[in-house]
Amino acid sequence: MQKFTTLTGIAAPMPLVNIDTDMIIPKQFLKTIARTGLGKNLFDEMRFTQDGAEIPGFVLNQPAYRKAEILVAGDNFGCGSSREHAPWALLDFGIRAVISTSFADIFYNNCFKNGILPIMLPPEAVAVLMADAQKGANARMTVDLAAQTVTSSDGQVFPFEVDAFKKHCLLNGLDDIGLTLEKAQAIDTYEAAAAQSRPWV
Amino acid sequence: MTGPKTLYDKIWDAHVVSTSDDGTCLLYIDRHLVHEVTSPQAFEGLRLAGRKVRAPEKTIAVPDHNVPTTLDRISGVIANEESRIQVEALDKNARDFGVVYYPVSDVRQGIVHIVGPEQGWTLPGMTVVCGDSHTATHGAFGALAHGIGTSEVEHVLATQTLIQKKSRNMKVEITGHLRPGVTAKDITLSVIGATGTAGGTGYVIEYCGSAIEDLSMEGRMTVCNMAIEGGARAGLIAPDEKTFAYVMGRPHAPKGAQWEAALNWWKTLKSDPGAHFDKVLTLRGEDIAPVVTWGTSPEDVLPITGVVPAPADFTGGKVEAVERSLAYMGLTPGMKLTDIKIDTVFIGSCTNGRIEDLRAAAAILKGKKIKEGMRAMVVPGSGLVRAQAEEEGLAQIFIDAGMEWRLAGCSMCLAMNPDQLSPGERCAATSNRNFEGRQGRGGRTHLLSPAMAAAAAITGHLTDVREMM
Ligand code: SF4
Repeated sequence: MQKFTTLTGIAAPMPLVNIDTDMIIPKQFLKTIARTGLGKNLFDEMRFTQDGAEIPGFVLNQPAYRKAEILVAGDNFGCGSSREHAPWALLDFGIRAVISTSFADIFYNNCFKNGILPIMLPPEAVAVLMADAQKGANARMTVDLAAQTVTSSDGQVFPFEVDAFKKHCLLNGLDDIGLTLEKAQAIDTYEAAAAQSRPWV
Repeated sequence: MTGPKTLYDKIWDAHVVSTSDDGTCLLYIDRHLVHEVTSPQAFEGLRLAGRKVRAPEKTIAVPDHNVPTTLDRISGVIANEESRIQVEALDKNARDFGVVYYPVSDVRQGIVHIVGPEQGWTLPGMTVVCGDSHTATHGAFGALAHGIGTSEVEHVLATQTLIQKKSRNMKVEITGHLRPGVTAKDITLSVIGATGTAGGTGYVIEYCGSAIEDLSMEGRMTVCNMAIEGGARAGLIAPDEKTFAYVMGRPHAPKGAQWEAALNWWKTLKSDPGAHFDKVLTLRGEDIAPVVTWGTSPEDVLPITGVVPAPADFTGGKVEAVERSLAYMGLTPGMKLTDIKIDTVFIGSCTNGRIEDLRAAAAILKGKKIKEGMRAMVVPGSGLVRAQAEEEGLAQIFIDAGMEWRLAGCSMCLAMNPDQLSPGERCAATSNRNFEGRQGRGGRTHLLSPAMAAAAAITGHLTDVREMM
């Protein structure tokens, strides 16, 4: 997994609430058996007409935001399905951080497994950053995971919370299967005990 | 932890393998369900790392999302190439890694969340995961069940565990009893209407109260299925005599002395009196009406007697979302919900594709015809549900009414197979998501119960099923 340490980049504003996983990557693109290549279909039905032409009003089609690396989004981003294709598509497009007041649980977890940092901030802070993102390509924000801060283009600093273990894995690009396999003995012990107490499992 | 425990606490405690200083736990997974869409990258990851599936006998795979549901699928060929590749990848992965498998050709094949309970893989007190958000369904048995992403699928395949932090406890109590014409689907949609789609975020919900106890296992699965639409990590219902009766005798349920031992433990699986819940929501069963959704979020719920709301009825970011929803749905504020005309009816999905759902729809449709020009399909949740519905004569009722009687799969719930809406087509659906494009690009979805869907099929518009009973 790609590490995430610090990032300074363009942030695209998407104030809509409840942006769901079907919007992020519609199901016709879930038929892939690979993890890569989904960026071109990110937000497909909002971004392109049925015959593939760009919809000019959509934020990521605007010249200022075509290279956005951060999204500032409305409440409850990523609700809906468990499809990891959603973070895969974001990553493949080049989005490394998403800022919102809240995220759906599964999406939030999936981000961390793919080197994307979801940042939860209070509504007032998101409002400031949303306005900052609306300034366009000259307004570059900075995210610092180690320090747990987001800095707006005019230097306002917003601290955020993140789970210590998730932070550690993301900072170091760690594969958590490897980490868990180090505990194989504890799993063996659990299984042996469960075979006695719950033999029907 | 001492003191009174919730059901969630008890199941959690029974599955902790190890706990880190910061409270992160390694949780043992009893059952891992797998389908073709979210697993290929996980199996590929195992191959690349030279890893095996740790517990293939606890891993159950079935293709459901992509499979055609038309009768010609018996010929065995999936026309869409990408879908075929995905299903064939599952065939191969199941074979190579030796997991339990129900291929398309098996009569037991169906939607993964219907097959698990049907075959007795899902049992009370278990931890159940699947790379699918509607894994919450299995909570109806008092199993801690939730959806995971593909990286976690790989993690569970390799280690039979999941790295988890405990969620908070929420109690949703439905008191009293439901009125006639009101079903489990109306309960679960009404709860989402009350909490919002983010209301359950960070929580595991335990549903309880007399109206929940009244429900059959099928109804309870419908309620838990949509816990995820309320944002919750999982839904739970304490197991009781109905649960035990449902489980007993299923192919993979315990037998003999093991059954007795299991039953002893299962009977302890309920929240202790005085156990702490971080949040409580109470609804009166009598206050719940048959409901439908009008917008593009499952929280956009109203009783069928209502009217389409206006953006100005909302606040904050929801105002823009409602404007967008109404434009997408082609609805005007103030319009009566019962005046909304329907082109298509879809009865099926892991929310409402079980035998009881088909019975409820058939009871309304018996001896009637669907509206002329209406497209209506009934897609049973599994091959066994299909067989039972044929035996009970339900299939004939649907066919006589002019509906299509299909083979088992997810079908038009997410339209990954050829069953799709075209732009602007309006559908009354018993599934669980009304997101933009969910049932096909530009398609418009109204969520409702099977009985309400049947009523709409007959009249051609959204209809209060109570008028037809
Ligand atoms: S029926 Fe629908 S919600 Fe259920 S598993 Fe299939 S696609 Fe998902």
